[in-house]
Amino acid sequence: MARYTVLGAEAIRKKGWWPAHKWLILRRLSQIGILLLFMLGPWAGIWIIKGNLSSSLLFDVVPMTDPFVFLQMLATGFSGIAAEAVTGVLIILAFYLLLGGRVFCSWVCPVNLVTDASFWLRRKLDIRTGANFLRNTKYWMLGMVLLVSAISGVMAYELVNPVSILHRGIIFGMGFGWFLIAAIFLFDVFVAKRGWCTNLCPMGAFYGLLGKVSPIRVRADARSKCNDCAECFVVCPEPQIIPAILKGEEKGIPPVILSGECTNCGRCIDICGEDVFHFGLRFDRSKAALSSGEMNAALKQKL
Amino acid sequence: MKITRRDFIKSQAIAAATASAGIALPVTIANAAQEADKDMRWDKTACRFCGTGCSVLVGVKDGKVVATQGDPDAPVNKGLNCIKGYFLTKIMYGKDRLTKPLLRKKDGKYDKEGEFAEVSWDEAMDTMADKWKAALKDKGPSGVGMFGSGQWTIWEGYAASKLMKAGLRSNNLDPNARHCMASAVGAFMRTFGIDEPMGCYDDLEHADVFVLWGSNMAEMHPILWSRLADTRLTKEGCEVHVLSTFTHRSFELADNGIIFKPQTDLAITNYIANYIIENKAYNKEFIDKHVNFNKTPTDIGYGLRPEHPLEKKKTGKGGKLTKITFDEYAAAVKPYTLDYTSELSGVPKDQLEKLAKVFADPKKKVTSYWTMGFNQHTRGVWVNSNVYNIHLLMGKISEPGNGPFSLTGQPSACGTAREVGTFAHRLPADLVVKKEGHRKAAEKIWKLPEGTINPKPGYHAVLMHRKMKDGEMNCYWQLCNNNLQASPNFNEESWPGWRNPANFVTVSDPYPTVSAMGADLILPTAMWAEKEGAYGNSERRTQFWRQQVKGPGESRSDMWQMMEFAKRFTVEEAWGEEQIAKMPEVAGKTLYDVLFENGQVNKFPYEEGMVKDERGNVYDNDESAHFGYYAQKGLFEEYRRFQWEGPKKGHEMAEYDAYHKARGLRWPVLDGKETLWRFREGYDPHVKKFNPEVAKGDVYFYGKPDGRANIIFGPYEPPAEAPDEEYDLWLCTGRVLEHWHSGSMTRRVPELYRAVPDAVVYMHPKDAKKRRLRPGAKIKVQTRRGEVLSRVETRGRNTPPEGLVFFPWFDAGRLVNKLTLDATDPLSKETDYKKCACKVLKA
Amino acid sequence: MSDSASKKPASKGRRRFLIDSARTACGVGLLGLGIGIYSKSASSMAPMAIRPPGALDEADFLASCTRCGLCVRDCPYNILKLADVGDDVPTGTPYFMARTDPCEMCEDIPCIPVCPTGALDHALTDINESRMGLAVVVDQETCIAFLGLRCEVCFNVCPIRGDAITLDYRHNERSGKHALFIPIVHSEACTGCGLCEKACILDEAAIKVFPMHLAKGELGKHYRLGWEKKDAAGGSLVTPDQEHRYNLPEGMSYDHTGEGLIFDQANAPAMTTPDAAMEETPFSSNPLDTLKKGIQEAD
Repeated sequence: MARYTVLGAEAIRKKGWWPAHKWLILRRLSQIGILLLFMLGPWAGIWIIKGNLSSSLLFDVVPMTDPFVFLQMLATGFSGIAAEAVTGVLIILAFYLLLGGRVFCSWVCPVNLVTDASFWLRRKLDIRTGANFLRNTKYWMLGMVLLVSAISGVMAYELVNPVSILHRGIIFGMGFGWFLIAAIFLFDVFVAKRGWCTNLCPMGAFYGLLGKVSPIRVRADARSKCNDCAECFVVCPEPQIIPAILKGEEKGIPPVILSGECTNCGRCIDICGEDVFHFGLRFDRSKAALSSGEMNAALKQKL
Repeated sequence: MKITRRDFIKSQAIAAATASAGIALPVTIANAAQEADKDMRWDKTACRFCGTGCSVLVGVKDGKVVATQGDPDAPVNKGLNCIKGYFLTKIMYGKDRLTKPLLRKKDGKYDKEGEFAEVSWDEAMDTMADKWKAALKDKGPSGVGMFGSGQWTIWEGYAASKLMKAGLRSNNLDPNARHCMASAVGAFMRTFGIDEPMGCYDDLEHADVFVLWGSNMAEMHPILWSRLADTRLTKEGCEVHVLSTFTHRSFELADNGIIFKPQTDLAITNYIANYIIENKAYNKEFIDKHVNFNKTPTDIGYGLRPEHPLEKKKTGKGGKLTKITFDEYAAAVKPYTLDYTSELSGVPKDQLEKLAKVFADPKKKVTSYWTMGFNQHTRGVWVNSNVYNIHLLMGKISEPGNGPFSLTGQPSACGTAREVGTFAHRLPADLVVKKEGHRKAAEKIWKLPEGTINPKPGYHAVLMHRKMKDGEMNCYWQLCNNNLQASPNFNEESWPGWRNPANFVTVSDPYPTVSAMGADLILPTAMWAEKEGAYGNSERRTQFWRQQVKGPGESRSDMWQMMEFAKRFTVEEAWGEEQIAKMPEVAGKTLYDVLFENGQVNKFPYEEGMVKDERGNVYDNDESAHFGYYAQKGLFEEYRRFQWEGPKKGHEMAEYDAYHKARGLRWPVLDGKETLWRFREGYDPHVKKFNPEVAKGDVYFYGKPDGRANIIFGPYEPPAEAPDEEYDLWLCTGRVLEHWHSGSMTRRVPELYRAVPDAVVYMHPKDAKKRRLRPGAKIKVQTRRGEVLSRVETRGRNTPPEGLVFFPWFDAGRLVNKLTLDATDPLSKETDYKKCACKVLKA
Repeated sequence: MSDSASKKPASKGRRRFLIDSARTACGVGLLGLGIGIYSKSASSMAPMAIRPPGALDEADFLASCTRCGLCVRDCPYNILKLADVGDDVPTGTPYFMARTDPCEMCEDIPCIPVCPTGALDHALTDINESRMGLAVVVDQETCIAFLGLRCEVCFNVCPIRGDAITLDYRHNERSGKHALFIPIVHSEACTGCGLCEKACILDEAAIKVFPMHLAKGELGKHYRLGWEKKDAAGGSLVTPDQEHRYNLPEGMSYDHTGEGLIFDQANAPAMTTPDAAMEETPFSSNPLDTLKKGIQEAD
């Protein structure tokens, strides 16, 4: 019914177009902007950043290395890693620890553009069936990736990792990589809703674990204003994390999404006509002080 | 397990790797080659490239050359080729062959500043003839000029000589051999009175010692080098001495590799003469009987424009010889002591002595070879003579393994450029325009009114460009070479001359070369196997081939072009009334009529299908079909009359048909017999004719009236330009093995282009370091005349000493002649491409 | 509700959890197995693909290369490529193909220092020490140098010619008067840059660069080259013989380890020397007579 076709209409009506799309647009700008930054070198000869998401060099000085790739490297048992890689990993780790691990997924990862498109098409075609995965399948995947690296002694997952293949492919040339990306697109449309990013991607799992401790969070301090339209639930790539917070006032659950699985995409903030959500800190002192009950619940949730 | 493609490739690679260890792989693809050779017509030709003169078999199928092979029955190369010869199949089929005449036009009319547009042959030739007639009317015969080639076939050169010298009465005909062999010619004439080497390639098997003076035979005469190398390998005691201003491929085989400072070869040659005299090693009997001693004017300048400061400073002039005694000669070379020469040349004393000793040892047979190192030299004639001096002092000449041998660069520098008289001062068969007797003989053979041939030598190659720049010569026709790329001082002389609005420049070429780009009219040329041809190589070997295929589109051979051009002139326009009055029957005729339909050139009738080989295969002859008579044969047979009836003996060739039956014959060919070594009784029948009393096996230099060769003392004199503080490096240019001359053919062969794509600047690593250049770095090479971009190379085949760079000239994208100086040998007028001053900067 | 009834949903949930977990574990495990097996086959490279200078051995390289392409970016000649999915090279890893784009052997090896992980060994600072592969003259039947043609283009373009490639001069038995200029690659100097392979003028190169393990043989570990050991030791490893003495006619001597029987020219007993024999041959002293006769006319 109207539920799918006019998603966000309420928010636009109440807040205006820009506030109802702000974070979405900023996120797309970030995703595309980062790609463009990498492309600026090969296209225009302006080398702000060289390499790709796996490893890169900013202004020819600052090394950056993806900690997920680094972890695989450690798992292979390779010793003799150069100092640049360690520095690069620390820089990236610090960045995501601060902003939220899965910020990578929603603000940086190029596959997100693909799977978001799948999600859009899936809704357009009104496909509701699909395979069910255990939510923690991606953690199994992460374990498997590291195990395969350890057993084979090579970074085996990097042969098929769609994230690095797509990003590298866009910058350096794709070959048959397009088939893999098309497969993920179709998988997400026809087989499982948000199948890849939410359920399977071990890289997302890794960044999710990283994000458990980051201070920047989506908060629902105005949860009392919630009119139960459930649009946030529809747009959220990890919808299982919302209800408890939104409806947890009575149970003493604090109004902050502490799960590492939240990608900080901010789509719930956009879509909510009542401005229930906003970005804030894990412990926001400016807001009403947490009751001891809330504190306990928050601790529980965290544990 | 399934075998994946990758596994398959891997197993192939392993198999391949085992092959390198000497285990041959089974051959399974031989049948394909056999299939390809079915219905192939094979016939012999001479290789299109260097002066070695390898014989090549050309395979034609469906009107196209599809394969070649080294001719296993040819004594020169015995089935072998070099890397260029390997690709002969491809040289005619570059993607950008010219197939239509192209004229610069604007608004449908010729315009010097216009764009090239396709025109008909008639329009092309008429436009050109108008320009030539206007120039002739305005400036006389010296207003027009033709620039020919040592890569022309013999009859093309002969037709050119006739058209210019007899037809247009202009001696402004010079070949690119001026840049190549003129110094050698000058020295041959001065020393022996007759052109070209006395020995032959068999010296390569008979010498004990080889001395290379300014010749990188390893790259430039590849097949001869493999013969020399074989002798060095298989003959006990064989030695190779190599002299150059930088280390190159030939040094790999050198027992004595000598790097000398540029120009000091003059001193080294005199030191050896001095060593021989001081040690009384000279062959007294030989010099008493066969040699005159001479001196030559010194401080004769550098062949630059007269207003150049160096020309104003000179005190001597010309090359008139003055006889001196042996003692005077000995005194002249006396200052060239070991100490002085070593100091001047930078060559260690032991190396100089080692070289001198092999010459002084009467038991050692020594063959000297040289090419551009000696010829492209502001004292080229002197330094050529200086080597003759050494050989003559020892009597090491005119016998197997003993002799000085000037190697030619081009396939027919000897056969065409030198022998048929395409130089500005020459007529066919060693005759010269200056001598009345020679002119008369030529006029008689050519059936011209007396006094037709102009007695004044024409403009030589470099002078032509100067006269074009100055607007004194307004029409220029370049055929079968690429002089805009090859000629020195591009920026100051050649380019301004070609693009001078007063001038009309025609270029005949198969490809759009640098020259074509500078031309006003481009004529598409049928090349090599697209016409019946003949070349004469370094060892006096004349080789013929039949037309194998047709030229593409409307391309026509140079001979066709020249003969057709002659049709555009009446004798009235070319000769004037005075000459016609002497021979009234020519009135109203065209130059074509009097030059080519003169009862001699058109003597042999032609009909379709008459050119056949012994196996019954029939060949085209497009020119003969066009003109209606066997034009090549007619021209050659008329040319032979110069050899047999002219005042200079010693150049006799066999009749036309004999050459189609042999893989070349070495002239003089008397009674059907070839001559291998000249001037020695037993080997050369002329000796007995000129000197009936000659002792058995003795020599007689019959090119000179008294039968004596000239020893001519040529001192050391400094080069025209040397490095100074600002331009601190010597610049030397030359060829590479993979490319022929300006690269217009070889750079169109993808494999050769890939192998050596661009000209790099070879530099000593220390010089590169000083300029903070790493190998491959982009650089600017600058001289007082221009600047060229390239890359620096400190590794690879050429290793210059500190202070010198070598920069090959094959690359149309890097015109090294923007840098070179147009200093020439005042005697031979040959440019010194080996020495000028440059600097190298980071680009 | 009864206890059992209240327990049931919990145990049902636990069972479901166990089944789901097992299903996931199996699925992921199978996927992992697939990736592992694929990595085994995908880790073998096409033999024509060559790693950049300083690349660790292939196992370590695949363990450490992040496939970031920084080496690709810093190659001034743009010869390096990252493997696409489907190439015969592990996905994303850098390589070059010598036939089309060989390594130009930059002195400062710019591709190495940018490698973040050391997959390209930062300890390599002299490009001449790099061992990207080894050039092999794979086909002596088509290499025109072996046929006596004057090519040697591989030798001419080799940046360390004279060390990595030398020419072996041999007599051409077929032509009888030309030398062969045989290119020989020396593994102790060849870096595997591939300039020779690119330059080879044949339709299919006769000299190719292969990874070292494909290109190189290995002598049995049980065998030593005596002459090399002797040179290295500076003398015989075993006590030299006492002086040998021989029964010989006057004027002759014998060189034990050298040329064997030696005729002392001046004092040798009268016997048919090669020179004396020469005079009894049908050849004239004038070589030209022989030359004129030609080979086939000998009677």
